[in-house]
Amino acid sequence: MSAQRLPATPGQTIGPFFGFSLPYDGGEDLVDRSHPGAVRLHGTVFDGAGVPVPDALVEIWQADERGEISTEPGSLRRDGYTFTGFGRAATDGAGNYQFTTVEPGRIEGSGLPFFSVVVFSRGLLDTLHTRIYLPEHSAEFAADPLLRALDERRRASLVATREADGTLLFNLHLQGDEETVFLDFD
Amino acid sequence: MSNDAKQAANPADPQQPPSQADISAEIAEKHQRYREGITAGAPRSERVETDFLPYRSSLLRHPTKDLHHVDPETIELASPAFGHRDVAEVEADLTIQHSGEPLGERMVVTGQVLDGDGRPVRHQLVEVWQANAAGRYIHKRDQHPAPLDPNFTGTGRCITDENGFYRFQTIKPGAYPWRNHTNAWRPAHIHFSIFGSAFTQRIITQMYFPGDPLFPLDPIYQSILDDDARARLVADYDHDLTTPEYALGYRWNIVLTGTKRTWTEPEDAE
Repeated sequence: MSAQRLPATPGQTIGPFFGFSLPYDGGEDLVDRSHPGAVRLHGTVFDGAGVPVPDALVEIWQADERGEISTEPGSLRRDGYTFTGFGRAATDGAGNYQFTTVEPGRIEGSGLPFFSVVVFSRGLLDTLHTRIYLPEHSAEFAADPLLRALDERRRASLVATREADGTLLFNLHLQGDEETVFLDFD
Repeated sequence: MSNDAKQAANPADPQQPPSQADISAEIAEKHQRYREGITAGAPRSERVETDFLPYRSSLLRHPTKDLHHVDPETIELASPAFGHRDVAEVEADLTIQHSGEPLGERMVVTGQVLDGDGRPVRHQLVEVWQANAAGRYIHKRDQHPAPLDPNFTGTGRCITDENGFYRFQTIKPGAYPWRNHTNAWRPAHIHFSIFGSAFTQRIITQMYFPGDPLFPLDPIYQSILDDDARARLVADYDHDLTTPEYALGYRWNIVLTGTKRTWTEPEDAE
């Protein structure tokens, strides 16, 4: 860290009343369902008592299937063709979120592919960052700089489950025994 | 609201919500412990405290395990792109979204989004949302018995310019009551959502107004223990930004964490 670094502005909670502002039409659909590589990524956000969180906001940011990082604008007004890599979903009354997207490919010069994730909610005072890895890459987890540092249980909190129909299930636990591993980059 | 009411229970007497005095005493204790730590040589904390008892809704929603430190990977060092395809210029003016003029004190807020090295964050998305002048959100779950304003929704977006500046025209929001404890009132604030040049910099926060008498009483504002860090959420009134007979001007800069492009550091540095 350089000495002249400016101190960062602290975070504050998203609060309960973001629903009229931040979610937008098409936010959950990074690709159309008819896209050949389309996959459903979904799950539930839980609090420390195991109760679903109905007022959370989940965002994902990812490479496309070929491992390319999009530099195209248009996430807020999707044209139906351009992959922008960003999605935003508010949880519903049962704490569920879902995205229609593609699986991220391997980015040249980078490690295992993952969905980069942030979560916000009422009661949560700061941004939480995490990652969603794909279960098919389990043979390589031991070599991943993040996953190899975690015990099996903690590691499992970062890996989606592949359901019978190909869907990816990823639950977020803000707290508790199954608490998701949240990341700090500073 | 039942969730809020439940979480507002007083640990000493679960039937009674805590009083402002209870909450203020809890805040004072947290702050005193922080200051004692600093005196004893502990590092200062620039961040918000996610485990903050006075804000009751935080109790079951903050991580209890330490955040896991990791070097960001390529995707995390990039950020989604936003542009005028996403946001129309008029979305930065919250006072022209309906057929009439909204009620309240018209104001402008502007400032620069910078990274930790002082570089402007160019062409990135800034989103705001807020209550109206009476302290009421248009959100359907807001039950505060203050009037809605048919000429005010309270949501805006803009893209920072080539020097990292954003600018919104809006109405000064009112304070509003909530159920954290008996007689709990939030200081007037505007919610800000900001993207950086790296996804690691993603932040949602709140901007406050100078001199608000509710500051010492508010467990959300006070969840930042460090006085200097907390003060960074308060805009400056700027008379040069005020336009005669039209709108008051506030200036508020936002500093994101560094971009983490740690080209000068070896792989394993922490």
